[in-house]
Amino acid sequence: MTAFIERWGTTIIEATLATFQMVTISLFFSILIGLPLGVLLVISRTNGKRYIWLYRVLNIVINTIRSVPFIILLFALLPFTRAIVGTSMGVRGVIVPLVIFTAPYLARLMESSLLEVDQGVIEAYQAMGIKPLHIIWHVMIREAKSSIILGITIAVIGLIGATAMAGLVGAGGLGDVAYRFGHVRYQPEVMYVTIVILIILIQGIQTLGNVLSQKAKKD
Amino acid sequence: MIELKHITKVFKTGKSDVKALDDVSLTVEKGEIFGVIGYSGAGKSTLVRMANLLEEPTSGDVIIDSDNLVTLSKEALRKKRQRIGMIFQGFNLLKTLTVYQNIAIPLKLTGVAENEIKTRVKKYLEIVGLSDKTDVYPNQLSGGQKQRVAIARALSHEPDILLSDEATSALDPDTTDQILELLLKINRELGITILLITHEMHVIQRICDRVAVMENGKIIEQGPVVDLYTEPKHQTTRRFVESIFPSQTPKHIIKDLQKEGPILDLTFVGSATESPSLSVISNRYQIETNILSGNIVELKDQTFGKLRAHIKGSVQETTKSIDYLTDQGVIVREVVIHDGIY
Repeated sequence: MTAFIERWGTTIIEATLATFQMVTISLFFSILIGLPLGVLLVISRTNGKRYIWLYRVLNIVINTIRSVPFIILLFALLPFTRAIVGTSMGVRGVIVPLVIFTAPYLARLMESSLLEVDQGVIEAYQAMGIKPLHIIWHVMIREAKSSIILGITIAVIGLIGATAMAGLVGAGGLGDVAYRFGHVRYQPEVMYVTIVILIILIQGIQTLGNVLSQKAKKD
Repeated sequence: MIELKHITKVFKTGKSDVKALDDVSLTVEKGEIFGVIGYSGAGKSTLVRMANLLEEPTSGDVIIDSDNLVTLSKEALRKKRQRIGMIFQGFNLLKTLTVYQNIAIPLKLTGVAENEIKTRVKKYLEIVGLSDKTDVYPNQLSGGQKQRVAIARALSHEPDILLSDEATSALDPDTTDQILELLLKINRELGITILLITHEMHVIQRICDRVAVMENGKIIEQGPVVDLYTEPKHQTTRRFVESIFPSQTPKHIIKDLQKEGPILDLTFVGSATESPSLSVISNRYQIETNILSGNIVELKDQTFGKLRAHIKGSVQETTKSIDYLTDQGVIVREVVIHDGIY
C-alpha cells in the first residue's frame, strides 16, 4: 500500500488535478456558449414563424457537431485548435475540442430545461411590459434553474468521460494514466485505483448536482 | 378607454386558415366592468389578448386612451403595457419566487424605486387580503390565494385597466365568488376599468355592467347585462341565461296544465322582484296560481327574477291577470311548445 502510494501517488494526484483543470476550464466556456445557445434555440422555436429559420440553422449545426464522436472531433479539429490557441497539444490544446464537443450538448440540455418553463408566466411578464432580456434572465433561466443545474451535472459527467481521451494529445488526466500505465504497461492496480477515483468523483458530482437542483426548486 | 375597431385575426395553421376573430368591434367605457362571454373556441381569449397586443390583429385597430397600440413602437408598447394589468386562468406566478418577490421583481424591472416597491407590495397584499403570506412560495397557496397574488401583482403597477382572461375558471364556486367580490371592490374603490372574458354566466351576472356574447369569432349580441337577461335575442345568449335559470319543465306536464290555463315565464327586474304580484292576482281574479320553477339572482346593481307559473282559470280571468302583471312591470311570456322546443 505504502509502496503503491510512493510509486503512483504523485502521478495520480497530478492526473486528478489535470482532469479537474480540463473539466473546469472547458465547463466554464461551454456554459458561456451553451446557455445562450440554449436560450436562442428556445426563443427561435417558440416565437412563431418569425425566427424559425434561425432554429433550423442552429439545429443543423448542433446536430452536425454532435454526430462526431469526441475522439474523432479531437483530431479533426487539430488545425482549428492550433489557429485559436496556438497549440494543439497539452491542456491548452484539448480545451478547444472539449468546449466544441460540450457546448452544443449543453445547449440541447438547456433547451429542454428552458422549454419546461410555463409559457404563461413568460406571457404574464410580456403583458407587464418587461424587457425581453429581463424576461430571459428573471423568468426563463430563473424558473428553469433547478433543471439547468441537473443538465450541467450531466454535461460535467460527459466532460469527464471526454477528458479520458485528452491523453492522446498529451494533456494528461485520469483517463490517460489509466490507459497508459494500467492498460499499455499492464499495471491493473493503477487502472483500478483511477476507476475508483472516477466512481467517487462522479457520485460526488451527481449528488452535489441533485442537492443544488433541489435547493433551486424552492417549493 | 378600450376601443377595439374592426378586429380580424387569422391564424395560419398549415394549409387552412382559422379566422379566430371576424370584424369584431367593442368599446369599454372608463370605470365599467365589461364581460365577454362565449363557449370555448368562440375567440374570446384571442379578443382579450388584443387589448394589450399579446396577440396582434391581422387587421383592425386597438385604441387604448387614444393611443393606437397597432402603430406604437416596441418600446412605446412596452411602456403602454405597464399601464394595463392582466390576470390569467393559470395565475402565472413564478414558482421559485416568494409572494413578496413575485410582486416586487416585476416592479423592480419596470424601474420602480426600492422603497416605493416595499410600500406597494404591502398595500396591494393588504387589498387582496394576503398580508400574512409575504414569504410563502406559490405552491404552498390554494388556487384562490394564487389568483389573489396575481391580482396584487397586476394592481401593484397601478394600472388604469385590468384584463382578465378566465381568471376564475380554475376555481371552485366559493373561491370564484370571493375573487369576483375582490374584482368588484377593485373596480369601485380604485376605479380600474375591467375587461374580462369568461364562459360562466355567473361571472357576468355578478359583476359586469355590460356584456358581449361571442360565437365563431363574432360578437352576436351586446348590451347592458339586464337587457340580455330580460330579452336575449340570440339562441346562444338564451342558452347562457338559461344556465343560470334552469327552467326545464317536463313536456307532458306543460301539455296537461295548458288545458286549464296558460303557463307563463315571468321576468322581474328591479323593484318588481319585491312585490307579491302573483299573490295579488290570485286574490283579485278568479284564478289559481301554481309555481313550477323560479329563481331570483343579484345582478351587479339590480335584482333579477324569473318565475315559471301556471295560471288556472278562464280565458277572461287569465287575460286580466296577465294585463295586471304587465302593468306592474313584469315581463310576461307564454310558454309554447313547438317542435319539442319551448
